[in-house]
Amino acid sequence: MKPNPGYYDYWPYENRPKIIWPGGAKVAFWIAPNIEFYELDPPANAQRKAWPTPQPSVPGYSIRDYGNRVGHERQMQVLDRYGVRGSISLSTALCEHHPEIIEACKARHWEFFSHGIYNTRYTYGMTPEQEREMIRDSIETIYRHTGQQCSGYLAPALSHSDDTLDIFSEVAADIFGADSQAGLYTCDLFHDDQPTPIKLRSGRRFISMPYSLEMNDTIVYTVNKVTPRHYLTMLKRHFDRLYAHITIKSVVLTAWLPSKRRWPTSPVTRMFGSVLGAKSPNIIWPITMTKRSKIFRKGVALTQPENW
Amino acid sequence: MSALDKSYLQYDKRRYGYDHDWYNWSMLGQREPVVWPNNKPLAVWINVSLQQFPLNQQGKPFKPPFGMTMPYPDLRHFSLRDYGNRVGIYRFLKLFEQQRLPVTYAVNAALAELLPVLLARIGESAAEIVAHGWDMDHMHTAEMSVDEESALMARVLQTLRQATGKPVTGWLSPARSQSWNTLSLLAEHGVSYCMDWVNDDLPYPVQVASGPLTMLPLNAEIEDSFVMGSNLHSEDEWVDQVTDAVDFMACEAIATGAGRMLGISLHPWLTGQPHRIGCVERVVAHLMANQDKIWFASAGQIVETFNKQQLSS
Repeated sequence: MKPNPGYYDYWPYENRPKIIWPGGAKVAFWIAPNIEFYELDPPANAQRKAWPTPQPSVPGYSIRDYGNRVGHERQMQVLDRYGVRGSISLSTALCEHHPEIIEACKARHWEFFSHGIYNTRYTYGMTPEQEREMIRDSIETIYRHTGQQCSGYLAPALSHSDDTLDIFSEVAADIFGADSQAGLYTCDLFHDDQPTPIKLRSGRRFISMPYSLEMNDTIVYTVNKVTPRHYLTMLKRHFDRLYAHITIKSVVLTAWLPSKRRWPTSPVTRMFGSVLGAKSPNIIWPITMTKRSKIFRKGVALTQPENW
Repeated sequence: MSALDKSYLQYDKRRYGYDHDWYNWSMLGQREPVVWPNNKPLAVWINVSLQQFPLNQQGKPFKPPFGMTMPYPDLRHFSLRDYGNRVGIYRFLKLFEQQRLPVTYAVNAALAELLPVLLARIGESAAEIVAHGWDMDHMHTAEMSVDEESALMARVLQTLRQATGKPVTGWLSPARSQSWNTLSLLAEHGVSYCMDWVNDDLPYPVQVASGPLTMLPLNAEIEDSFVMGSNLHSEDEWVDQVTDAVDFMACEAIATGAGRMLGISLHPWLTGQPHRIGCVERVVAHLMANQDKIWFASAGQIVETFNKQQLSS
């Protein structure tokens, strides 16, 4: 067991080179709809319990199912209204369970990235070969159903091994080629507000794409017990601070929490309204993550270090 | 039915004062007033904890609060805490340097080896560096022998003193953990004050045979990690709590004619986040708006000033 994962070097936040986004946009803004599937009767994992009560654990299972039955359409309506494409954190088995959702996302040219197979199957205790098989399955599933070459990874239920990031990059390179855009980034690390280079054992280029875990609605509501209205305040403050300093803002949305929101007056809609409506389109640039990774990798334009 | 041992109903420390010998009993209102420089009613020190939470956390004999909670490797919590040393602290530095505030940094000594760049940067700016143990997974508890604890403490102090070139005479234990020997060992290792005990609003002398030691209680009730991290109050509620405390203490000082003090404890991984830094700014703005009543000091300056008056009187 390592004291430090060793994926990145120390890079102080002050005096960094300025990232130039296309069109001189100040903020790269992305939304990660979490399109997930939690199993009713998952096999047990010795290191983590899937449900707090014996299976079938009805309240937990059914609220997540609410997301797929009701939540996604509502969420999609909001994103459609503002012309924002999602970068989907996908439980890839959902491609088989609910292909209609996948079709709707495809029609909107949303990006699909791998969030494992199910959010109830953890990486803990897997051998590297098992983890490789799981990751390969998820990448191939995305390709089969969407034609996309999966660029990003977020480990299922944030369960990792010491090899997760390496395996993801290697499997993607194996399937699509080392020079492809497959296996390019991870959302698993929350050490920074900007993308950072990640060191892999293969030396293949790889980037951490910050996912602003503290803005993740699941964390906000179920861990930090924040109220919906205060979530809106937090989102605005988060945005305003990063906007002032020219960087990235990301918001993670999980569709199974819409019962806590009153669409269309929900915090998220109001946030979108105030952020995207109030600022002119050439200031904010909503994009998908692969595009942003590519731009970041192409080079960080060196101008005078901007006020961060 | 088996009874408890009869010693359970015997109370060998039942007496006037305390059931220990570390410090004397007294009430705040009955003490000799302290007078801060320029007669300012309230001494304020800003305390920033720089922490290292190891990914391979042992969690013995107890898990560090805010450490790893998921099975290994808990990248989620590791990277959220690492954020503080990488991003959050620079938001703090920008704010404090802009306002020219003296800040006391309680540093996990392991950071001197892991992030020398950060230590050097802090060293430029800090009013004082305080020892914060080795890292958040090295608690000081009764499970350690006195020799083990002494060796650990020596390593912490030597590492920080060497890395910073500063005397490092203050101590804040990880999770305020202590053994039966910690206070005595601190004095033995040349530490002059400790922040761990939260039982008073003013410094007080500690009685250990090994040398002079002062307790400088660092307020835990308004600590950012307590209010927002443990109690899950909102950022705005935290601002209210801190500013209420500042106002109250200043009022009490003015009303009694006796100096009061307040430590404001911050963690860059928590309040250095983009949606929370504005709240630290609001707290600082409140302090600045009341600067006519506030003596901004380092922890060590407060101890020194207090002791000069109180110990000689």
